Amino acid sequence: MEVPMAKVLLEMKHITKTFPGVKALDDVSLEVQEGEIHALVGENGAGKSTLMNVLSGIYPFGTYSGDIVYDGSVCKFQNIKDSEKLGIVIIHQELALVPLLTIGENMFLGNERGNKGKINWAETFGRADELLKMVGLKESSHTLIKDIGVGKQQLVEIAKALGKNVRLLILDEPTASLNDTEAKHLLDLLLQFKKKGMTSILISHKLNEVSYVADKITVVRDGSVIQTLDKSKDSFTEDTIISAMVGRSLTDRFPKRVPHVGDVCFEIKDWCVDHPIFEGIKVCDHVNFKVRKGEVVGISGLMGAGRTELAMSIFGHSYGSDIRGRILLNGKDVHFSTVKSAIKHGIAYVTEDRKGNGLILSESICRNTSSAKPEKISHHSIINFDKERQVAKAYVKEMHTKCATIDEDVVNLSGGNMQKVLLGKWLFADPDILILDEPTRGIDVGAKYEIYCIINKMVEEGKSVIFISSEMPEILGMSDRIYVMNAGRMIAEMPGSEATQEKIMSCIINSDKGVQAASAEA
Amino acid sequence: MFIALIVVMLLFQIFIVATDNGSLFAPSNITNIINQNAYVVILATGMLLCILTGGNIDLSVGSIVAFVGAIAGTLIVNFHWNIYVSIAMCLFIGILIGAWHGMWIAFVHIPPFIVTLAGMLLWRGAALIVLNGLTISPMPDNYLALFTSYLPTVSENMLDAEPDKAMALTFWVTMIFAAVCCVVLIIAEILQRGAKRRKGYETTALGLFIARLILFCAVIMVVASFLGQDKGIPVILIIVAVIVAVYAYYTQNTVPGRYLYALGGNAKAAQLSGVNTDRVMFFAYTNMGFLSAVAALACVARFNSAAPTAGTSYEMDAIGSCFIGGASAYGGTGTVGGAVIGAIFMGVLNNGMSILGVDSNWQKTVKGLVLLLAVLFDVLSKKRKSSK
Repeated sequence: MEVPMAKVLLEMKHITKTFPGVKALDDVSLEVQEGEIHALVGENGAGKSTLMNVLSGIYPFGTYSGDIVYDGSVCKFQNIKDSEKLGIVIIHQELALVPLLTIGENMFLGNERGNKGKINWAETFGRADELLKMVGLKESSHTLIKDIGVGKQQLVEIAKALGKNVRLLILDEPTASLNDTEAKHLLDLLLQFKKKGMTSILISHKLNEVSYVADKITVVRDGSVIQTLDKSKDSFTEDTIISAMVGRSLTDRFPKRVPHVGDVCFEIKDWCVDHPIFEGIKVCDHVNFKVRKGEVVGISGLMGAGRTELAMSIFGHSYGSDIRGRILLNGKDVHFSTVKSAIKHGIAYVTEDRKGNGLILSESICRNTSSAKPEKISHHSIINFDKERQVAKAYVKEMHTKCATIDEDVVNLSGGNMQKVLLGKWLFADPDILILDEPTRGIDVGAKYEIYCIINKMVEEGKSVIFISSEMPEILGMSDRIYVMNAGRMIAEMPGSEATQEKIMSCIINSDKGVQAASAEA
Repeated sequence: MFIALIVVMLLFQIFIVATDNGSLFAPSNITNIINQNAYVVILATGMLLCILTGGNIDLSVGSIVAFVGAIAGTLIVNFHWNIYVSIAMCLFIGILIGAWHGMWIAFVHIPPFIVTLAGMLLWRGAALIVLNGLTISPMPDNYLALFTSYLPTVSENMLDAEPDKAMALTFWVTMIFAAVCCVVLIIAEILQRGAKRRKGYETTALGLFIARLILFCAVIMVVASFLGQDKGIPVILIIVAVIVAVYAYYTQNTVPGRYLYALGGNAKAAQLSGVNTDRVMFFAYTNMGFLSAVAALACVARFNSAAPTAGTSYEMDAIGSCFIGGASAYGGTGTVGGAVIGAIFMGVLNNGMSILGVDSNWQKTVKGLVLLLAVLFDVLSKKRKSSK
């Protein structure tokens, strides 16, 4: 019996796109069949987002060479609206939602219901409710975006796309900020849509998720297509995908290290932090933990557990109100109520949001590198430009940061390279204790490995690293000792060698049960 | 923006000569442009620091000019205080006013727009109260000499007795002064280039380097020749040049100057890097108060009076200069040099239109349109540069 050939919905033919000094896409061709989930994987800077930006019209026709053939006809999109008219909708990694507007208003932003200049609110919110049901989000369309979590916001974006009668849905790193449950829900949603005939292109680093939903995987590296794997024919193992992505086989995800752990050098006792706006809400509740010299201490937990808040409140009272507790540095009580004094005492905090509050995007690599301790490149407040440049060049070299020159603005770097600049900035501040908050979020496999190597090097030099991450394999692979935090409290501590994902999860679940029982009794 | 300035100057020159109105480049006109716009450059320098912190402006500068001017007039003319003590007092009051704004902005976190809007009304009222609605005039000669005299100082006698000799003296002293400046500039640039090459940094192409140097020196000598043919170098030009040099160095070469850019670039990242952002904001606004006082003293000398209506619209001139000069409305971008060029641009605009005899009603309209076009030109050329 002849199997009917699935119709080819999209063909991107020989797409080449150049930016000043960089060929982002080099003769890239992509074929997507109707009703399939096609994954695009590759290292940061490989060109995946650029390709999708070309497809969606963000880079208009004329700024690239090659053809986009959609539904049989060549497309010459001038802007996003052109591509949306044909049912191509792209959901970016940074969600395009207005926090102070409601779900309903956001869903039809730019696509308003009504006529003759008057918005039909009944239709807006009614249709919004319908779409929310389709994505399985149990929220009223009158809820403000800022009042729902990132996971739900992501679903709102998908509902928004449905409202545009989407035929080809493009998702750029949709699960980057979601926890495992939310991520699974989203992936299952994609599979549901697939059954109804919708086509999706999924850009993701999370290879286990990609192998779960994708029919085809196209691997992109350095602006070219390396390989397209087909589920029906090839194996979708992480190893085959990683080898294709990186061009080399990664036998070990995490670099080996022989731990040389010394005495306790940093200790937090009875640390309590209240929410900065909502009085009485305990963000950190009598937290205790210790760190030893030369040790990597992992703090695992679900999002919202309070780990970032803990780190920021310790780092110069940068978060929270009514902060109380003891900090002991090498056994002595210390206080740092400002970031500057924290830095002076040898603490460094590498934020989880490198673009938002880590780096100054409008400035160069050179100026960002020395920004945490400018005293080292200045004499009586007069900047020594030579030293500044030397330092920046040294860190770029040591960390293998991919950039044109140190005068390049940080905003033009890929996520992994930005993170390297950020790490370099904090290493330059000579810390003894580094708190790394989600240091490899949104970074490709190759760059992750490089960052793990950097962490190992720091620790071999006698520094201590506090490693906050939501990626369990990472914490398990890198830490000497692991703490588990949940709902503002440290609920468990275990040596790295004994820890498993199951153990950590069961600690969290038991702690939640305990909290529920306690509040039931109250 | 420098190119736009040259273009506008040439355009005006063409119109002016075509309509037989004299010349934009007449020596006395160049002196006028400098004298009329010195206050704008002083205020724009201070305003730039505020804008760098995040697009924050100071609306009260015009009113501070009026108020500090009123104090100066009262102390010097009415109370017969020593002029130096009065000047010191006025600068001190300027600092206090700036610090007062700074306190509300930096430590109580009231938006700068609102605090300085309140200041705009408050200090204007205070000026009216101090002056009781009257204008104090004239100022004593020794005070005027500080701000409105020229180098070389040619005595009245010489002017009357030997006018030709006086003019020659003026011209040559001015030219020699300018020549010395050029030589210093050339030597400094060559040394810097040499140092850069030794350390292996990239330097601009030799041809471009020489061309730029020649252009700069040409401009200095040409301006000097105009000034020399008129009355010599205005002292206010020297004062303004010193202020510009100091603040340019501060913003480009010092750590606190860096902090301004960091705060405007990303306030949260700056805070987490250990920058005391409150203190930086406080300083920016305190400094604005100080420079407003300096401008006030210069204005009182120029108009030879302390009037309650002094400083009207000065804040707009200063803000316009900064944005024409390339500052970003979001903060983190902009230079003192840019603000200076912006100020000159607006000054030439005013001056050119006056010479052409453009109706004053139309002048405002034209000014608004040209301001928009100038900034548009700047934004477009930046876009082209980044996407090339």
